[in-house]
Amino acid sequence: MSAGSIKQGALSKGVLVLVYAFLYIPIITLVVFSFNESKLVTLWSGFSLKWYYAVLHDKEIINGFWLSLKVAFFTATASVVLGTFAAVALTRYKRFAGRTMFSGMVSAPLVMPEVIVGLSLLLTMVTIQKWLGYPERGMMTIWMGHTLLGMAYATVVIQSRLTEMDKSLEEAAMDLGSKPLQVFGLITLPLIAQSLMSAWLLTFTLSLDDVVLSMFLSGPGSTTLPIVIFSRARLGLNPEVNAVAAVTIAAVSAFVIFGSIYMARAEKKKQREISAAFREANQ
Amino acid sequence: MAETISKEKQEKQNAAAPFLRIQNLVKDFDGVLAVNDVTVTINKGEIFALLGSSGCGKSTLLRMLAGFETPTAGKIQLNDLDISRIEPYKRPINMMFQSYALFPHMTVWDNIAFGLRRDGMSATDVSSRVESMLELVQLKNYGKRKPHQLSGGQQQRVALARSLAKRPQLLLLDEPLAALDKKLRERTQLELVNIIEQVGVTCVMVTHDQEEAMTMASRIAVMSEGRILQIGRPSEIYETPNCRFVADFIGSVNLFKGKVSVDESDHVIIDTPECQHYVGHGITGTKGMEVSVAIRPEKIRITQNKPDKPHNWVQGIIKEMAYLGSYTVYHIKLPSGKVIKATTANAERLPDWQPTWDDQVYASWDEYAMVVLTQ
Amino acid sequence: MQKYHNKISQLLTGRFPVIAVPYFWLALFFLLPFLIVLKISVAEMETTAISPLVSFIEGKLNLKINFSNFVSLFNDPEQYYLWTYLRSIVFAAVTTLLCLLIGYPFAYFMARSPVERRPALLMLVMLPFWTSFLLRIYAWKGILETNGLLNNFLLWLGVINEPIHMMHTKFSLILGMVYTYLPFMILPLYSNLVKLDNRFLEASADLGATPLQTFWRITIPLSKAGIIAGSMLVFIPCIGEFVIPELLGGPETLMIGRVLWDEFFSNNDWPRASAVAVVMILLIIVPLAIFNKYEAEQMGSNKR
Repeated sequence: MSAGSIKQGALSKGVLVLVYAFLYIPIITLVVFSFNESKLVTLWSGFSLKWYYAVLHDKEIINGFWLSLKVAFFTATASVVLGTFAAVALTRYKRFAGRTMFSGMVSAPLVMPEVIVGLSLLLTMVTIQKWLGYPERGMMTIWMGHTLLGMAYATVVIQSRLTEMDKSLEEAAMDLGSKPLQVFGLITLPLIAQSLMSAWLLTFTLSLDDVVLSMFLSGPGSTTLPIVIFSRARLGLNPEVNAVAAVTIAAVSAFVIFGSIYMARAEKKKQREISAAFREANQ
Repeated sequence: MAETISKEKQEKQNAAAPFLRIQNLVKDFDGVLAVNDVTVTINKGEIFALLGSSGCGKSTLLRMLAGFETPTAGKIQLNDLDISRIEPYKRPINMMFQSYALFPHMTVWDNIAFGLRRDGMSATDVSSRVESMLELVQLKNYGKRKPHQLSGGQQQRVALARSLAKRPQLLLLDEPLAALDKKLRERTQLELVNIIEQVGVTCVMVTHDQEEAMTMASRIAVMSEGRILQIGRPSEIYETPNCRFVADFIGSVNLFKGKVSVDESDHVIIDTPECQHYVGHGITGTKGMEVSVAIRPEKIRITQNKPDKPHNWVQGIIKEMAYLGSYTVYHIKLPSGKVIKATTANAERLPDWQPTWDDQVYASWDEYAMVVLTQ
Repeated sequence: MQKYHNKISQLLTGRFPVIAVPYFWLALFFLLPFLIVLKISVAEMETTAISPLVSFIEGKLNLKINFSNFVSLFNDPEQYYLWTYLRSIVFAAVTTLLCLLIGYPFAYFMARSPVERRPALLMLVMLPFWTSFLLRIYAWKGILETNGLLNNFLLWLGVINEPIHMMHTKFSLILGMVYTYLPFMILPLYSNLVKLDNRFLEASADLGATPLQTFWRITIPLSKAGIIAGSMLVFIPCIGEFVIPELLGGPETLMIGRVLWDEFFSNNDWPRASAVAVVMILLIIVPLAIFNKYEAEQMGSNKR
């Protein structure tokens, strides 16, 4: 190992550790102080679970949580369905009328500031409501807005997997007698299943976490959890929020960690099988 | 490059029954003519190769046969049925893909059974057919494995079994051996031919490897820029190419440019800057016509002493040589500056005389060794 | 009749529905809203409703397009709106730059780590990304408050004698924004750098370049696509950021997102809010086009 690469190794470790610390210290403080006895975030006065009890009895938070969960579920499902359609259209059909505009519309919500999306959707809902008397602002409208955003993310994830997939697999299926719909159901879908799952989880999380769109599109009685948290956070520090945060972080971490371990194991198993086949053939 | 003609093949060739008719087929991609007015008839039971370098249109032609591209113009007839515009899943044709395209989420068994199940075959029939296919490609106990658990050669055999399972009227092979390494390729070439002949299916294959085409196919079509230049048996293509491109594409060739000075019905003499060629047969041409004389390297003999005849020899210096085991390649530079290539079989282990670098030698050939090309 | 029946069934099962369904959704929820915003921005606010653009007055067709909303945005002697737009762009640009300066080395070292470690490293970056961003911003409130964790820590260390006023400043805003958008910069950079063939770097070293020269002349140009993608993913949404200025920002960090909100919810002036939105869209059209071009190229290069 040359002196240069030792220096680079130390630099590499240093940078990585510092940035990870930057990313995680706030998260850790959230969790630690959720167990704090005192209301003050800054003074540790003892271990206590009282804020967790408080959350469980806080009607506003519980209602908001259930609403967010419902909206997120429907958002994720709709986003994946629409995203699959869009991804297939963009990867398998090279040319159709208005393709550039379609591609632009699909990916724009990814970067658009949410205030713009929120405002325009709200104005649209109001206009449509004047003509048709529907929809009322509430869970439905929040779902529509979230799905617009979710669809953009889902399309990116699914599209990436579709372009990577060997196109000749679909041709082979057709060659062997499958009609296009069968090809999609028997071949394409199983092979992109994992990316569909990722897209679902991603859009679920996005919806659960969304503040701006929800605020623009919510109506009386449809307050999502992030709206509740935002209003309280605006007023000041609130240890109940810490408790909510800790639970969220624990759930997400468990999910991400176990998911990654599972995927890593599956990948390792596959690699072992490939090398076994290779060795066997060369005997 | 041995041409192994089995007795069955010979019989089939004699009873040439037109089976696949391709007429004036054209494929236009945005103004680029990938396939430019191709007409060819393929006989029942034969293995037919489309040979050419990348971009010559052979793959596009194959894909039109399979149904993945629609012809811009022209007709494809399979056994008197016009299939030009029928969807791929309705054609009695199956294809073996270059990448094998084995479904990674299905077992070997399910891969082979896939096409049979689309047809609504009963479970028992499917079972017996899959079993017989596995036996045909010698993978009897591999049914439960998934593609990633197989080696490259095994995957290829599964791909072949899958494409033959439905007993198609036409089998298409897309660069079948491109993914294998050299040793495996040689072994597999003959195995593949045996299986195809055993099944008796008509086969069209696409390849850029001339050795592969000459080993496996009973007839070859050489393609370039969307057109077919020559169709014929391997020996015909090699020994009697009809143009410079084909002569140069298959194997190596030495080309001499010159003019016909004597044109008789039983012989012609062609004057080229390097020497005078006496060709021992008549040609369709006239005196004074500009032609190319093509001579294969193995037809040239290298001697120390000047040959005792007025035609068909040149003198030169050995500029390069490469000892390749079974034969040696010599590059001989002629006084005019032209370099010709000659190969000599190393028939004796310890020959009396072996030419080496910078030796002055004579290269000669007989009167039937040449092919006269007008294009 | 049979011919029409066939045509319809052909349409329904072919590529038509696959393209039409998402297209329709996008037209309804993306295109239409923008047209409506555009329309309202050139209308006038009448007591409770928007006046129609096209109407019949005394039997004649009357087109009322009013640019007064746009004009009023910039007619203001204090240039309230102009300064806010500029401020938003500057904050977004600073955030993007900082994310790049921090994110690039990080992504670089991540990509050059031993292969076995990379999935774990990636997962550790994804974890904060998947955790609610609202909660993470809230966490910074607790840290940066005058009697918050950071001040208490520094006081305890003896580095300072009095708490530093960090909250509701430009510093806290930028910190919050960099913190939130850092993963958006790291991920495209990482995915780009990880595909960088090591042999380019080896060839460069073999030809006599020092590591620094290799970095400047080979690595950075080759990761240009990742840099652009990451920058757009940070810059564009940052301009319209609302939540972070609300929670971490102060009076001197007024950004255009808050202005839009106030026009709509506080002043109830829909046309003016729409005008603000339209100008914002115009501001981001160029970066948006750059981003779109990058996305299309990415999808194209992913094919084999």
